[in-house]
Amino acid sequence: MDKISTIRSRTVVMPASNIDTDQIIPARFLTTTTRDGLGQQLFADWRYAPDGTAQADFILNQPSAAGCQVLVAGRNFGCGSSREHAPWALLDYGIRAVISTEIADIFRSNSLKNGLLPIVVDESTSRWLLENPGTEVQIDLASTTVQLATGLSVTFPIDPFARYCLLNGIDEMGFLLQQQERIAGYEARHQDN
Amino acid sequence: MDHSTPTRTEQVFGGVPITTTAAGRQVQQLERNCAAAGIELLDMHSDLRGIVHIIGPELGLTRPGRTIVCGDSHTSTHGAFGALAFGIGTTEVGHVFATQCLLQRKPRTFAINVNQKLRPGVTAKDLVLAIIGQIGVEGGTGHVLEYRGEGIRALNMDERMTVCNMSIEAGARAGMIAPDETTFGYLADRPRSPSGAAWERAVERWRALTTDPGASFDREHTLDAALLEPMISYGTHPGMVIPVNGTVPNRHGDPVFDKALAYMGFSAGQALRDQPVNVVFIGSCTNGRLADLRGAAQLLRGRKIAGNVRMLVVPGSQQVKAAAEAEGLDRIFIDAGADWRESGCSMCIGMNGDTVARGEYSVSTSNRNFEGRQGAGARTLLASPLTAAASAIRGRVTDPRELL
Repeated sequence: MDKISTIRSRTVVMPASNIDTDQIIPARFLTTTTRDGLGQQLFADWRYAPDGTAQADFILNQPSAAGCQVLVAGRNFGCGSSREHAPWALLDYGIRAVISTEIADIFRSNSLKNGLLPIVVDESTSRWLLENPGTEVQIDLASTTVQLATGLSVTFPIDPFARYCLLNGIDEMGFLLQQQERIAGYEARHQDN
Repeated sequence: MDHSTPTRTEQVFGGVPITTTAAGRQVQQLERNCAAAGIELLDMHSDLRGIVHIIGPELGLTRPGRTIVCGDSHTSTHGAFGALAFGIGTTEVGHVFATQCLLQRKPRTFAINVNQKLRPGVTAKDLVLAIIGQIGVEGGTGHVLEYRGEGIRALNMDERMTVCNMSIEAGARAGMIAPDETTFGYLADRPRSPSGAAWERAVERWRALTTDPGASFDREHTLDAALLEPMISYGTHPGMVIPVNGTVPNRHGDPVFDKALAYMGFSAGQALRDQPVNVVFIGSCTNGRLADLRGAAQLLRGRKIAGNVRMLVVPGSQQVKAAAEAEGLDRIFIDAGADWRESGCSMCIGMNGDTVARGEYSVSTSNRNFEGRQGAGARTLLASPLTAAASAIRGRVTDPRELL
């Protein structure tokens, strides 16, 4: 996995709360056996009309969204299923961080495993970001801060081990594999269950 | 072997190919991977196949005290046995296959206290929909729920699984119920349950897996089961629920709420009762167990579904299917005019050929009413198997207590 330190980008804003993983990528695309190219299906049912043409009023189809790497969304982003296709689709499209007041547990965990930053901010920061689409933000993982165009800098919580892995491009699997002996010992003691 | 598998008998057993090509490829890839890695697979033709959250318990693989993970958010179902069970993504599935381990932080605790018992015609599904409506779809985020109290103790295992199944719809990755005699009675003599002296030792260990009296929780919520009515969803997430005889609430100036109502074709203040229905789906990991099918059959016995309704009854596993057929439930459904299928996720997720058409209304016993969940443009009304069956008979949203 690539190391992540800072992301500097304009924002694209989707103010709706409870944007679920079925919207991020509808289930009918989950029959794929590869994770490549899912960006094309990101928000498919909002982005495209039934005949496949682009929905002009959907934010990602507007010129202002081009090149944005930071998605600002309403409360409880990523609720619903455990499909890792949701962060894969966002990343494949070019989104590298999601900012919300609340991010669903499984989506957050999946995002951290793939280098998509799930960033939870307070209500007032979120409101300002929702009201100022296209503003430039700088996310710094080392200092766990989001710097706004106003000069205001807010910190965000992130699991320290996940942060360490992201900053250093380390896969958690490598850490787990180093614990094999202890794992085998535990398994041997718990055969009965 | 559940999400992507077809439910038409001729496609499962008759050599008719899976029409969704990508789904067929996915099934073949799983077969190849399991063969290559030496992992037992209950394949398309196995008598034991079914939705993973239904076959785990019925095989006796789901047990109190176990940690159970699966690449599906409804893994919370298994918490009904006092297991810590939660959904994970593909990468974490890889971690488990490689190491049997996952790195986790301790979640916060959230007690859901259910006083008194449900009244006739009101089911475990109505209970959990009411809970989600009360605490909200993000109410359980960062927490593990423990369902407790008289209303929970009175439920059988099929019902407890329905409750725990939908924990994730309240944002909680896991929901648990302390094991008791009901749990042990269910697990006794299951194919993979311990037996003999090992069973005795296991039950003794399991008895210790209850929350200490007076334990404190990070959060608590209390409700009275006896006051609940059959519930139905009106919007595009499972927290948007009302009693079946209630009216759609009014939230002036909330654009997300307005968008949900526009998608559903409903307006604030509208009653859902007597709303015409196109499709009725009974099945899924939420309501695809024998108790669910018995409930629906009780209403459908000797009755016909309305002419405007297409009804699918999809048992959650091949064992549930066999047990239902042994009781003659399949005849009741078929005689009523419903389709009786092989097991699978079917219309709950609509990625296997079973879908609801754009604009159609579906009263569904599944777990999610998200936009497009049952098919692009499909409108889902989540409800219990009783409400679904009653609505199929009338062709309109119906309070099942009128037909009991």
